[in-house]
Amino acid sequence: MTETPPPVIPRSVLAGAVARGWRTISGANENQLVPQTRLSGPMPWVIAIMIALTVIAAAAGLALRNSALAAADELYGGVTIQIIEASPELRLSQAEAAAQRLREMPGVIDVRLVSQDEVNRLIEPWLGTRGVEEEAVPVPALIDARLRDGATGESLGAIRRNIREVAPSARVDAQSSWLKPVFGAIESLQWLAIALVTLLALATSAAVLLAVRSALGTNRETIEIVHLLGGTDAQIARVFQRSIGFDAAGGGAVGLALGLVVVLFLGRRFAGLGAGLVNGGSLGLVEWLLLALIPVAGVILAAFTARLTVMRTLRRML
Amino acid sequence: MNNATDGEIVQFDNVGLRYGTDREVLSNISFTLHPGSFYFLTGASGAGKSSLLRLLYLAQRPSRGMIRLFGTDAITLPRERLPGFRRRLGVVFQDFRLVSHLSAFNNVALPLRVAGVPERDLAKPVADMLEWVGLADRMEARPASLSGGEQQRVAIARAVIGRPDLLVADEPTGNVDPEMAVKLLRLFEALNRLGTTVVVATHDVHLLKKVPESLIMRLDKGLLSDPTGALRYPPRRPAARN
Repeated sequence: MTETPPPVIPRSVLAGAVARGWRTISGANENQLVPQTRLSGPMPWVIAIMIALTVIAAAAGLALRNSALAAADELYGGVTIQIIEASPELRLSQAEAAAQRLREMPGVIDVRLVSQDEVNRLIEPWLGTRGVEEEAVPVPALIDARLRDGATGESLGAIRRNIREVAPSARVDAQSSWLKPVFGAIESLQWLAIALVTLLALATSAAVLLAVRSALGTNRETIEIVHLLGGTDAQIARVFQRSIGFDAAGGGAVGLALGLVVVLFLGRRFAGLGAGLVNGGSLGLVEWLLLALIPVAGVILAAFTARLTVMRTLRRML
Repeated sequence: MNNATDGEIVQFDNVGLRYGTDREVLSNISFTLHPGSFYFLTGASGAGKSSLLRLLYLAQRPSRGMIRLFGTDAITLPRERLPGFRRRLGVVFQDFRLVSHLSAFNNVALPLRVAGVPERDLAKPVADMLEWVGLADRMEARPASLSGGEQQRVAIARAVIGRPDLLVADEPTGNVDPEMAVKLLRLFEALNRLGTTVVVATHDVHLLKKVPESLIMRLDKGLLSDPTGALRYPPRRPAARN
């Protein structure tokens, strides 16, 4: 130890530091304040699991939405006319006459008389080939029509009136009404997906809150010293915010990869079903981008939660 | 880190402090501290020295009374303005309070980092300061591997690196041998000659004679006496010093 006067730090250096304010991006100075490893540990993995589950839930919600939209689009204006007649010959002649009447109606843009072969194939899984070929069970003739302005009660009534003369036993139904319960179920599943994503976001926030509180407790002594040396709440909060942000970014990347693997796998499995409703549920570019943004939202949420938690805790200190 | 007003750097008026519902640990404390002076705060263990210092370095608010620091009312000071005032203070804690995960260099650099000094500007002052306290070869050592005396010198270096207007030291010689204690006092005197007001709390009466120009504040059971008459309130200027 020397007896000479203490070394003097130039006033300009201190004044310059005040003028520059806090360095928020690199955080080189602030990273020294509390140990950076304390916040890590299981945190990135917890976030990875949360993000993976969020990606899967969000992908499911988006796919269901796409399925519903595609089905609704396909069924828009669709009308099915059943000619319920026991005699095959009479049934066929009534069907042809009804189809002709429909073609002449304004607002009807497409009319297709479903062939008997096609009807047989549709009901074959239930009745088998013998029952169908031998006319053991009379099956109605089907006409598939499409209306320009959608199938409303009024347009369905007009069709009924128009074909009553040629096919008195005809039954007219909007195709969308058959799938109404399905749409209802899809809507419920969409709400379930939204609820899951919200719950996962809350769970992530809760996990971050607990981790930050624990880190604050562990580093309380250091934080108190930094406070007494003139450190601000915002400065200390930034340290935790940055630390949890890095954890969330790493965990988010892993979670996104995991989630996408599951989504792609399930997508391929569902595509293999070949069912019309499922085929409409594929994700477009915008949806994939939305899924890719989930970890970004996770980082923002985690950093925001960390900041709020630290600021609220520090405010209780002098 | 400018100097305080030309009047007083600290002013206590009828200050009382109690913890919880216990009796007051400090009662009716009134005094002024003048810029560039050297004060000893003495008193037996439990007299309230550390409590008084905690009020001085803004770690505690009093239960009653008025405290002015650098010409500003410190009681009603908004919380967000406290850091600016704390940066004008240097504190040597009784238990050093070094940050255990940081090296001696980084502990001393801490006040500068907190103040936002860039890395390129703090390396030399910190190294010079550590050399000044005789720890040039221990810069990378963590507190746990330093002796009590070395930790104390790191704590002192950390307290003075930012050229505080007011240096507050709580029993800074409590853990060192008499020879080292005198050396530490010389450090405080050197800093005091540069214009820093110094307050050293000690229960070692022999230490007081080592700094003949110092002024004495004596605490006894939470009450302050003023043996030299230098602390009286309303304030007066201290005697001219060499």
